[in-house]
Amino acid sequence: MNGNGNGRRLHTISVLVEDKPGVLTRVAGLFAARGFNIDSLAVGPTAEPGLSRMTIVVQVDRKPLEQVVKQLNKLINVIKIVELEPGEAVERELMLVKVRAEGETRARVLEICDVFRVRVLDVTHKTLTIEGTGTPEKLQALLELLRDFGIVELARTGRIALARGDVGIRDRGRRLKAVGERGPEWTGGGV
Amino acid sequence: MKVTGAQALFMALEREGVDVVFGIPGGAILPAYDPLIDSKVRHVLCRHEQGAGHAAEGYAWATGKVGVAMATSGPGGCNLVTPLADAKMDSVPIVAITGQVPTPVVGNDAFQEADITGITMPITKHNFLVKDANELVETIRAAFHIARTGRPGPVLVDIPKDVQLQEITWRWPEEVDLPGYKPTTKGNLKQVREAVKLILASERPVLYVGGGVIKADAAKELYRLAVDGRLPVVTTLMARGAFPDDHELALGMPGMHGCYAAVTAMQKADLLVALGARFDDRVTGQLATFAPEAKVIHVDIDPAEIGKNRAADVPIVGDAKDVIAKLHTELKRRQEELGGPPDRSAWLATLERWKREHPLRYEQPADGPIKPQFAIQRLYEHAKDAIVVSGVGQHQMWASQFWRFSEPRTWINSGGLGTKGFAVPAALGAAAGRPDRRVIAIDGDGCFQMTAQELATSTTEKIPFITAIINNAHLGMVRQWQELFYEERYSQVYLSHEVPDYAKLAEAYGCVGLRAEHPEDVDAVIEKALSITDRSVVIDFRCDPREMVFPMVPAGASNDDIILGPEQIKPTKDPSEAPVA
Repeated sequence: MNGNGNGRRLHTISVLVEDKPGVLTRVAGLFAARGFNIDSLAVGPTAEPGLSRMTIVVQVDRKPLEQVVKQLNKLINVIKIVELEPGEAVERELMLVKVRAEGETRARVLEICDVFRVRVLDVTHKTLTIEGTGTPEKLQALLELLRDFGIVELARTGRIALARGDVGIRDRGRRLKAVGERGPEWTGGGV
Repeated sequence: MKVTGAQALFMALEREGVDVVFGIPGGAILPAYDPLIDSKVRHVLCRHEQGAGHAAEGYAWATGKVGVAMATSGPGGCNLVTPLADAKMDSVPIVAITGQVPTPVVGNDAFQEADITGITMPITKHNFLVKDANELVETIRAAFHIARTGRPGPVLVDIPKDVQLQEITWRWPEEVDLPGYKPTTKGNLKQVREAVKLILASERPVLYVGGGVIKADAAKELYRLAVDGRLPVVTTLMARGAFPDDHELALGMPGMHGCYAAVTAMQKADLLVALGARFDDRVTGQLATFAPEAKVIHVDIDPAEIGKNRAADVPIVGDAKDVIAKLHTELKRRQEELGGPPDRSAWLATLERWKREHPLRYEQPADGPIKPQFAIQRLYEHAKDAIVVSGVGQHQMWASQFWRFSEPRTWINSGGLGTKGFAVPAALGAAAGRPDRRVIAIDGDGCFQMTAQELATSTTEKIPFITAIINNAHLGMVRQWQELFYEERYSQVYLSHEVPDYAKLAEAYGCVGLRAEHPEDVDAVIEKALSITDRSVVIDFRCDPREMVFPMVPAGASNDDIILGPEQIKPTKDPSEAPVA
């Protein structure tokens, strides 16, 4: 999940789309057709009726990312795309994890939960089901520790993110961060 | 006014200015075919939905208007897949209207059901499934708007049968509301000034003209820019006719089978001004060695094309007509300040020398067999004003090479997708759209057999055109590659000169069938064909199967390694061993 070596890193793209049938397929299909793996994708309604926001995490080099963002922007139902740079955005993910916790290990698991400030949702004789919320890095660290006890199952929502500061995605300059590096040639959306 | 969805469909088509649609009825589109009877829209009943789709493309290429194809659900829509993909690759504005099974059974594997919006998602610019007739009219409006504006392309509208029957109140929306679709059409003036600086500073410029110039109807603007700036021009396969071939600044077609002067000019250029072109692999050859010394000005309406294959020093997003006009104005202004265009006489003289020393060439022996280039050249001499349509393969390259184009929209072919079988139905569509012009399909024998059934449409609908079959009894381009790159091991490329008897087949379809077997027949047969205007004509030119297309840059090779003719090929075996007819 974490960005590492080989020139690639994780990019978080926030995509404002019309809430129309098939829009998820169009977006996902475009990634597949251009040969990119989606690391995570979270989609849900926005405050504006009829509009949804997709938060897509993709591990890719800068140049192919620029191309895929340009292609995404050509989709008729895509209204706006911004890339959220790590330092300039708040990012959160939610996960549910069922971990083995019998006998003396239970106290150790609960201790970890306490340190990470995560909640226990369900308790059985053999397991604890934990709700973890936080940055992807925090959840990753928590998982590393829980792994030692034995993870029964795991569900993650994928990352959601918003840019820091006082403006929304609609109010940011028409130029998109991911595509506008070369100058003012690019002004609009859709082709 | 209360109308059914089907009636609203045709009222909307009329409002969009549609005068002809190409299609085939079937179960799920039946309701739409009833109000058609009372509509002003002409329906051309094709014999295969693929034919209807390519006809819509040919119509759009020839007229600049949106072509329309109609088909039923399931197999009807599936047969439109190839034309839609073709139109996507070549940015051809078409709207496909398909019937769908009724909404209550969508998803139930009903008879003739196919998820056509799912299937065509990656090969359309956009598509719609209309679930409520109250949304039908605005959807049709949006479909035409999307197809014809920005970078043009195909749009499919899928209409379930019950939606066609649903009663609604007719209302024509004044505006199209597409919040996610706002193409940039006006070129940025600051970028234009930067571009003109590069042009004025360049010693070896080339205008690299692509299909976008034709789509934008920017040939006049291009002519002024080239002539006033003294800028030599290459026209890609998609742009043939955008600049007159006979002009001194015209270098011809670049690319894999381009003219030496065009290919080499790009290789040696210090500036490429790409206008509505996309640095396709057939043009660039090996990308790493393509035009190594050139700076790039890239003008395109699609921002995704800029920087996709080749980085641009000055990118300009916008409609070619607008941007070229601005480039011309700014260049002219600057040149007047400077007292004229820079002195590039050495470069222009070099280009002139390359054109003179390395022209397109072939040899036609008096005693035959007919060389394909000879047949095409004679056709051109007899019918210079024709609109030329081609299929895909050797004949396509020869047609593009040997026809001397002088105006836009007179050359129609399948470039990006390379769809065999394109020519006959596209010629039908072109002839339907331009009844004032002679339309000639230059086709291959392999291509012809894929879509020849549309000759029946041509006869019954009285839409005549000429089909000139360059019959070399082979899948010629594949044969050429096997000869050059597979040690002359010919695998599944032989078709036969005689089967079918193309002249008889033409007659069976109600056309006139003619044949030329020897060089001395060629002129007489062409004259005979041109004398017939009330029916379609098919000419079977029995051509030399061994003729190959040159120049040639082998796939993946550098454009510096252009092969000019057969003498530069080292035959791997005795050519007489080839299984020719």
